[in-house]
Amino acid sequence: MQPQRTAMSLLLCALALLLGTTPPLRAQEEISIDITQGADNPLPIAVVPFRSPGPLPEDVAAVISADLRRSGRFDTMTTDRMPGQPAALQEIDFPAWKSLGTENMVVGTVTPSANGYNVEFTLVDVFKGQKLYAYRGSTSAANLRYTAHQIADIVYEQLTGEKGAFATRIAYVTVRGSGAGRKVYTLQVSDSDGYNPRTLLESPAEIFSPAWSPDGRQIAYASLEGRTSAVYVQDIATGQRRAVAKGQGINSAPDFSPDGTKLALRRSVDGNPEIYVLYLDSGLFQRLTNDPAIDTEPTWSPDGQRIAFTSDRAGGPQIYEVSLFNPTPKRITFNLGPYNARPRYSADGKHLAVVNGGSGGYRIGVLNLRDGGFRVLSDSSQAESPSFAPNGTMLLYSTAGGGGTELAAVSVDGRVRQRIDLPGGAQVREPAWGPFRR
Amino acid sequence: MYKRVLQVLVLVAAGSLVFGCAKRTKEEASSTEQGLTPEELAAQTQGTAESQGLEGGAVNEGMGTDLTGAVGTDRIIYFDYDSSEVREEFRPIIEAAVSHLAANPGAVVSLEGHTDERGSREYNLALGERRAQAVQRQMVLLGASGTQIRTMSYGEERPRDPGHDEAAYGQNRRVEVAY
Repeated sequence: MQPQRTAMSLLLCALALLLGTTPPLRAQEEISIDITQGADNPLPIAVVPFRSPGPLPEDVAAVISADLRRSGRFDTMTTDRMPGQPAALQEIDFPAWKSLGTENMVVGTVTPSANGYNVEFTLVDVFKGQKLYAYRGSTSAANLRYTAHQIADIVYEQLTGEKGAFATRIAYVTVRGSGAGRKVYTLQVSDSDGYNPRTLLESPAEIFSPAWSPDGRQIAYASLEGRTSAVYVQDIATGQRRAVAKGQGINSAPDFSPDGTKLALRRSVDGNPEIYVLYLDSGLFQRLTNDPAIDTEPTWSPDGQRIAFTSDRAGGPQIYEVSLFNPTPKRITFNLGPYNARPRYSADGKHLAVVNGGSGGYRIGVLNLRDGGFRVLSDSSQAESPSFAPNGTMLLYSTAGGGGTELAAVSVDGRVRQRIDLPGGAQVREPAWGPFRR
Repeated sequence: MYKRVLQVLVLVAAGSLVFGCAKRTKEEASSTEQGLTPEELAAQTQGTAESQGLEGGAVNEGMGTDLTGAVGTDRIIYFDYDSSEVREEFRPIIEAAVSHLAANPGAVVSLEGHTDERGSREYNLALGERRAQAVQRQMVLLGASGTQIRTMSYGEERPRDPGHDEAAYGQNRRVEVAY
């Protein structure tokens, strides 16, 4: 990719985002993210273009700015309004910036080094005229964009008190085409802002339920290849995969344990869908449910002690919890209507996202496990597959849109909403937000 | 083939008098008290069923669509919303499959379960599986050998009708019997 074209595309992209229109296509698979609703009082911040002796493969300041703006918590200043482009604390004309209402700013430099680039930045409190945070480090050319996301995470955490999740990746399934035998499915991984999409698998067969390993190196998924459904674990870097559950009946709905040693999944080898735990080292299965009802969609609690899952043993799908050592399932969704499925715990284990259905359609809601409080977060009639960001502040999910299914995101407090489009007519579904990168 | 359709239509009309789910029975009871003919009764049952979201009408539509070119399948059994109960009007399809297996000991019948698009994908995968297994159970009860039957589910992934209304959903809640 030519640096100039990248910079121009990024500029257009950033401009388009600010104007609230869909950015132009950069590549076939590029995702565009539109903020449809922002927080009430976003923090005004200016990320000044980082000074550099020559052209860069990434516009670091633009990436940081777009990340912060995408969170909905920041009101980012456009470069045309900036009264100068300082690169260090001592260069800042504080009165000029204060008069524009900027509360914070980020200034920095990127200079070539033997192995890539040296990056320096300073986060500044404009009102007090002092630095809040300074950083100096080095990175490779290939990782420059990732470094920009890491800087955005630092800025986000310094100013909001919450850990940022910009330097993360998401996985999702796309479907193109229609009609029997003419659909093409792909499993993709991209940066959390949709850039750098990579196809991990392309198949005429349906791909279900992608799930990240906690170290971010592997993805498990189910694939309906041939006339059976098997669960695969695929290494992201090498593309190598192995079938970990296959054979009689349907194998699907994998979810890695927090320590990465086990996979919860569902199998119907014993006659009907039941929850099992697969010990990845030994290949041994431990059965957790034993009931003629449908038991599926297992997910691990963050402390690795419990598994929540969907079961219709009470007549319709509801959420149950079971522990590895006390396998009597306990129902946890009550008075929440006839349909609750596809549970996912928040990072702190205190909340559960579910697909909640009723006469009004299917929507994403978040259940407070302590007090039973429930809040609907999605704003469409057909929403599914919720996935928490690793910092627990945002929920990614798929929703029915104009051209089929698309991704959307909403903050857990319901104030910030985004729509994520994949141009080119592909439908996007089953998003899975990856872990913090180590 | 057409004789089969006629047989099924007659069965539906007759069956709607005797068999069927509880809701229909209640409506029929009040209708027969008014003295309707079997044809009028079947028509009225169909109309009421549609307005309540059941697929009385879909039975005939399904057979018609099936005849005019369903690819790769010989028979389709339709289901009510969130249900895997096999309705009596599909008994001839099941009987035909059982007969086919009995006449051809080396043959295999494939039962593919499907759902409409509403709700979670994985739960729908399981629901389609349950529908296929329900049909399998009926076949085994009629004497078929389990070793000659394969079950599979595609959940909501392979709809017959890509629409998003009740009529489309009715077409998609099905088991396809292939041999």
